[in-house]
Amino acid sequence: MELLFGNQKTVEADIPVSNGGQLTVAEAMAWARDNLLTERPELFMKGSSVRPGVLVLVNDTDWELCGELEAEVAEGDRVTFISTLHGG
Amino acid sequence: MVRLCGHCCAQRAVLRRPKTAEQLCRECFYAALEEEVHQTIVGARLFRPGERVAVAASGGKDSTVLAHMLTTLNARYNYGLDLFLLSIDEGISGYRDDSLETVKRNEETYKIPLHVFSYKDLYGWTMDEIVREIGTRSNCTFCGVFRRQALDRGAALVKADKIATGHNADDVAETVLLNIIRGDVPRLGRCANIVTGEDSPLPRVKPFKYTYEKEIVMYAYFKKLDYFSTECIYAPYAARGFAREFVKDLEAARPRAIVDLIRSAEQFRVPGLDGVGNAAAAAALPQPGNCERCGYISSQAGSACLWEIIPS
Ligand SMILES: [Zn+2]
Repeated sequence: MELLFGNQKTVEADIPVSNGGQLTVAEAMAWARDNLLTERPELFMKGSSVRPGVLVLVNDTDWELCGELEAEVAEGDRVTFISTLHGG
Repeated sequence: MVRLCGHCCAQRAVLRRPKTAEQLCRECFYAALEEEVHQTIVGARLFRPGERVAVAASGGKDSTVLAHMLTTLNARYNYGLDLFLLSIDEGISGYRDDSLETVKRNEETYKIPLHVFSYKDLYGWTMDEIVREIGTRSNCTFCGVFRRQALDRGAALVKADKIATGHNADDVAETVLLNIIRGDVPRLGRCANIVTGEDSPLPRVKPFKYTYEKEIVMYAYFKKLDYFSTECIYAPYAARGFAREFVKDLEAARPRAIVDLIRSAEQFRVPGLDGVGNAAAAAALPQPGNCERCGYISSQAGSACLWEIIPS
């Protein structure tokens, strides 16, 4: 995963919130793709979601428990992406 | 919104298990996964007390979690196993040398000995030298075959009774699909076996055969296990191709699909294998043979293995 993001492990980001609403993981992800990704966007996302095989955690909780793409994120929250696609 | 663990109802749930859709907290997840692997080991009688077991260790997530689990379960349930780590150094600078550092730290953490065998020792050349000769085309295939053989040789040299590998449910499901697509009937009949090479001096066992990759990665992440996740420099984006992608798409649509694929492959009966069918059916199957040059098993009788490509 780091390879795709210019070898950085953690990135602090100030993500602009559109129309004053609540930011969702879907928006944060699209923003990361457009602003942080340095290589191969197809290895990170597929369509408007994450590529299958990439795990997503919001504040260290499986995003499947938080509403996946609709999960809300706020100031100070941490969204983690882990690729499972490399060798074991 | 905080969801509570469906098991202890006290702690916050941190993940949804793909196979069962249970929502569990960290501690209940660790316990559930460890118990499941223990039941797999006991149910399939993977080990016998006193056996010397080589844990194939690459420094990656699967083998690191395997080393952690096997040492934990060996102590908890008194399997009586003599465990050690077995690593192969392919000679890939900037990749294997770094991942071997991870394995060396695992040796310290899990307090089991580490044995490393290199392509250079076993074959006389490194993967770096091979790539210089043949380029990066197909080098993963060659490297995979050589690694498999190197593990066998290394394990024999240190007198192991068995090799435990970190192959997980996603890997097995992927192999099942690939064998269907390739029409490889003999392999289809055995690829979902939890033990392979039962009659050979060095059987291989897969304690994670039913363990989802998602859970292995989550376990490693929550327990902060020290594993190596950098891609091989010769195939940084290999990502195991379309079958892998397809397995992940199936899982996204229906999480049980992975274990269902494995369960269906277990039901395949190939005439001539497993004592079903008749002699004629058995004879019609391609028979494995030994390589003319190195004596190691190759898929077709009389054919050479991959030694032909190696500059002598
Ligand atoms: Zn719990």
